[in-house]
Amino acid sequence: MSVLAPVAAVGRGTLAILAAIGRITIFTLQTLGHMIRPPFYFKELFQAVMNIGYFSLPVVGLTTFFTGGALALQIYAGGARFNAESVVPSIVAIGMVRELGPVLGGLMVAARVASSIAAEIGTMKVTEQIDALVTLSTHPMKYLTVPRVLAATLVVPALIAVGDTIGIMGGYIVGITRLDFNAANYINNTVDFLQTWDVTSGLLKGAVFGFIIALMGCYYGMNSGRGAQGVGHATKSAVVAASILILASNYLLTELFFSA
Amino acid sequence: MITLDNVHKSFGSNKVLRGVTLTIPRGESMVIIGGSGTGKSVALKSVLGLVTPDQGTITVDGEDVTRVERDAFLARFGMLFQGGALFDSLSVWQNVAFRLLRGSLKRPKDEAREIAIEKLRRVGLKPEVADLFPAELSGGMQKRVGLARAIAAEPEIIFFDEPTTGLDPIMSGVINELIREIVVEMGATAMTITHDMTSVRAIADKVAMLHDGVIKWTGNVADMDDSGDPYLDQFIHGRSDGPIEAVR
Ligand SMILES: Nc1ncnc2c1ncn2[C@@H]1O[C@H](COP(=O)(O)OP(=O)(O)O)[C@@H](O)[C@H]1O
Ligand SMILES: [Mg+2]
Repeated sequence: MSVLAPVAAVGRGTLAILAAIGRITIFTLQTLGHMIRPPFYFKELFQAVMNIGYFSLPVVGLTTFFTGGALALQIYAGGARFNAESVVPSIVAIGMVRELGPVLGGLMVAARVASSIAAEIGTMKVTEQIDALVTLSTHPMKYLTVPRVLAATLVVPALIAVGDTIGIMGGYIVGITRLDFNAANYINNTVDFLQTWDVTSGLLKGAVFGFIIALMGCYYGMNSGRGAQGVGHATKSAVVAASILILASNYLLTELFFSA
Repeated sequence: MITLDNVHKSFGSNKVLRGVTLTIPRGESMVIIGGSGTGKSVALKSVLGLVTPDQGTITVDGEDVTRVERDAFLARFGMLFQGGALFDSLSVWQNVAFRLLRGSLKRPKDEAREIAIEKLRRVGLKPEVADLFPAELSGGMQKRVGLARAIAAEPEIIFFDEPTTGLDPIMSGVINELIREIVVEMGATAMTITHDMTSVRAIADKVAMLHDGVIKWTGNVADMDDSGDPYLDQFIHGRSDGPIEAVR
């Protein structure tokens, strides 16, 4: 018994993970099913767009701004080893729009939005508001989950687009103030090397990340345990799950988009 | 008519309902009493399908509640939750008029607001509270808003989970009268959970006592005092000694 205990623990852990994957898959399919069937709650959708999109702008903007600046310094230092300092503008732009904008922006939105969705829906669950919705003939998936997931999927790419722009601007400011780049050259260099697909692939990633973020917030909120502790646990799980799924799906999407 | 037949429900190892059998005739007011944590709320939620029983059947007007068309079924019900369960992102009047602002009972906003204010008045709340948010109200006021929401769409079947808990005696009296009125005027079927014996006498046609997961006693409210049932006697007189253990 005691010899097998570690094995049993691993087995239990594996089963628990598989069960969670199964439940999340079912939740995802249900969400998609409700998304295409009426009734639709447009007011809730608009509110979710404001909460998830508009109010995340400062967080995403600051994140990409500083990242763009740091990236310019690093690439300059690295490029100097091969006398290739001139690649700074194009690498900053490509690195930003393909990877860092979507991933860091996505992670920041996950921290801000997955947590608040999970806490809000979890509290509604704990205080019987979800039950109340049902008795008032309103489907919680349609009223709470669908607007948030839809809003995040639509709005995170827009956030990423703004974040990309601010990130490139961060690189530009560092480039011309600290690294002696000529302002016009820096901009020309950025524009010339950046391709449409670089940008759109990053925005597509953003849509997937947005979907994941809101879905995790809703899933863990809806399945929150009882009491304040239950809500706290749900919030933490939502952020952790969203972050890991963002990083994993980022790898898969990069593989899909760019592997030769 | 609502019937529960041999309903069982456990949460993990916690066996809450162990064979509840109960009938509530149409248009009557049934009050369920019993110690806290005995599963009264769970029993109510089972009828609405918010909790799925492990065993047993529940019917409303002869139809099994697990097989009915959910929307039409729920449209017949109003429910006051034990904690109020108001939506804190919506103002008081939008809470009360929730059903009237969307779905099959949807009507113009002005009209819905007027109805909401009228229902608030019936539960003893002034029109001024209509534009406040639930978090700005006291617990007792939240309870009354929940009550107003439960009756807003004039349902045929109404469930009240501890409607007077947390209210002062006068407001309790108002709410008791209101519940009685709803049953008499609207001909609604009511199922009320309460610990308050004054409420029981004011609103019940029939009383059922839940203990140890089963209905220990049920009968007309008039027969409650000389039932000869030791559990019921202990409960209605609030004695600490008797078959019901005080430590639970
Ligand atoms: N969703 C739930 N999950 C786990 N346990 C629950 C749940 N709902 C109720 N219980 C348990 O069932 C028992 C009865 O609860 P309840 O019906 O709320 O009691 P009351 O008679 O005071 O209304 C309690 O022990 C409670 O902890
Ligand atoms: Mg209860």
